[in-house]
Amino acid sequence: MKIAVLSGKGGTGKTLVAVNLAAVSLSSVYVDCDVEEPNGHLFFKPQNVIEETVTVKIPYVLPNLCDGSRKCVEFCRFHALAYVNNKLIVFEDICHSCGGCALVCPHHAIKERDKAIGVISKGQSRNVEVLSGFLNPGEVSGMPIIKGLLENTKQINKTIIVDCPPGSACAVMESIKDADYCLLVAEPTIFGTHNLAMVHELVNVFQKPFAVILNKCGTGENPAKTYCLEHNILIISEIPYDNGIADISSNGRILVRENSKYQKLFETLLANMLERSKT
Amino acid sequence: MKILIPVDNPVFEGNVSVSFARAPYFLVYNTDSKDKLFITNTAADSQGGAGIKAGQLVIDAGVNILLTPRIGENAAQVINAAGIKIYKTLNESIEKSLNAYLKNELSELNDVHPGFHGHH
Repeated sequence: MKIAVLSGKGGTGKTLVAVNLAAVSLSSVYVDCDVEEPNGHLFFKPQNVIEETVTVKIPYVLPNLCDGSRKCVEFCRFHALAYVNNKLIVFEDICHSCGGCALVCPHHAIKERDKAIGVISKGQSRNVEVLSGFLNPGEVSGMPIIKGLLENTKQINKTIIVDCPPGSACAVMESIKDADYCLLVAEPTIFGTHNLAMVHELVNVFQKPFAVILNKCGTGENPAKTYCLEHNILIISEIPYDNGIADISSNGRILVRENSKYQKLFETLLANMLERSKT
Repeated sequence: MKILIPVDNPVFEGNVSVSFARAPYFLVYNTDSKDKLFITNTAADSQGGAGIKAGQLVIDAGVNILLTPRIGENAAQVINAAGIKIYKTLNESIEKSLNAYLKNELSELNDVHPGFHGHH
C-alpha cells in the first residue's frame, strides 16, 4: 500500500501529515521525495543511516575522433550541445542524460561520465524506515533522485508514505505515479485553494483514488472546504489550527509520538485510507 | 563585415526584438555589400535550450558582430566562444541601432541575464 501526500502549495502541511501517518503505522516506510528541501528526517532523526550517491550521465567528447559532423548537435532536442570553432561545447545543466548524442555519433567520439547530483539516505526511526533524497544545491532536476527513491520501495511490503514535492509539475507526477492512494493536504486560504484545484486536476488525470485533509482549520471561512463541497470531494479528516502542533513541530518532534489525541486522529485517518484503497 | 540583429518582423523598417534567442527573425546586414538578409530563428519555439541553438545559428551565419538589447547566459557563452562581439542596442529602430554601432556609439553588452528557461 503506497500513499502519496501532496499539495499544490508549499507549507500546507504535507510533511506534518506524511511523517505522522508513517509514525502511527505499525511498520512503515517514509519516503521524502521533496528532494530540493527534504525535512522529514529532521523529525525522524533516523539511526544507522546508509547513503548512496545518485549520478546522471553527462557526455564528453574525444576531440581526436570528432570530425565535426554535428550529428549530436542536430539530434539533441534539448539543445545541450553547440559546435563552435571546431570544438563541441556541452551544457551540463541543459542535458537530460538521454545518451542520444553518443549513439548518433558516426565516429564514437562521444563518451559519457557519471556526474553526482545528490544522495539517497536510508535509516531507521523506531517503527519507520526513513528514505530521504537530497539534491545538491545548484542542480537543475531532482527527477533521477525521486526515481531512485521509489525504485528502493518496489520490493517492500509495508505501508509506504510518500512525501511529495510541492506543486503539480513533473516531480510530483513522478512521486504519485505508482501510488495506490493520494492524500491532498489543503489549507484555508484562497491561494491554497487555487493550488488544491491544480492537484485535484492532476490526480484526476492520473485516475488515482484520493481524498482531502483540511489542515489549519479555525473559525471563519474555509475556501478549501467550500471547494471540496462544490466538487464532491471526500474530506477524510480535519486538523485544527493549534499552537500545540506548531510548538511540537517547530522543535522537530513528532506529534503522534507524544499526543494521544492526534495519535488517534492519524490512526483513524490511516485505517480509513487503507479501507478505501481496497475498494 | 556581417552584423546580426534579432528583429520582430522581416522588414528593415521594423523593430529590434526585446529578446535575442526568442526573437522570431534575425537580420544579417553586410556592411560591405549593404545586403540585408532576414533569416527565420528556428530556435525561437524551442522548449528549452533556445539560447544555445540561437547562438549556434548566429555562428553558422558567419557573422562578426551581434547587436541586441539583452542576451541569456547560455547564448552568450556560445557566442563568446566563437569570438563574436556583442553590443547593446539602445533604440527600438533597426536602422538607428545599426547607425549607432557604425558610429561607435554602442558599448559591449556585459549584463548577461540568467535566461528565461521556459518561464518567460
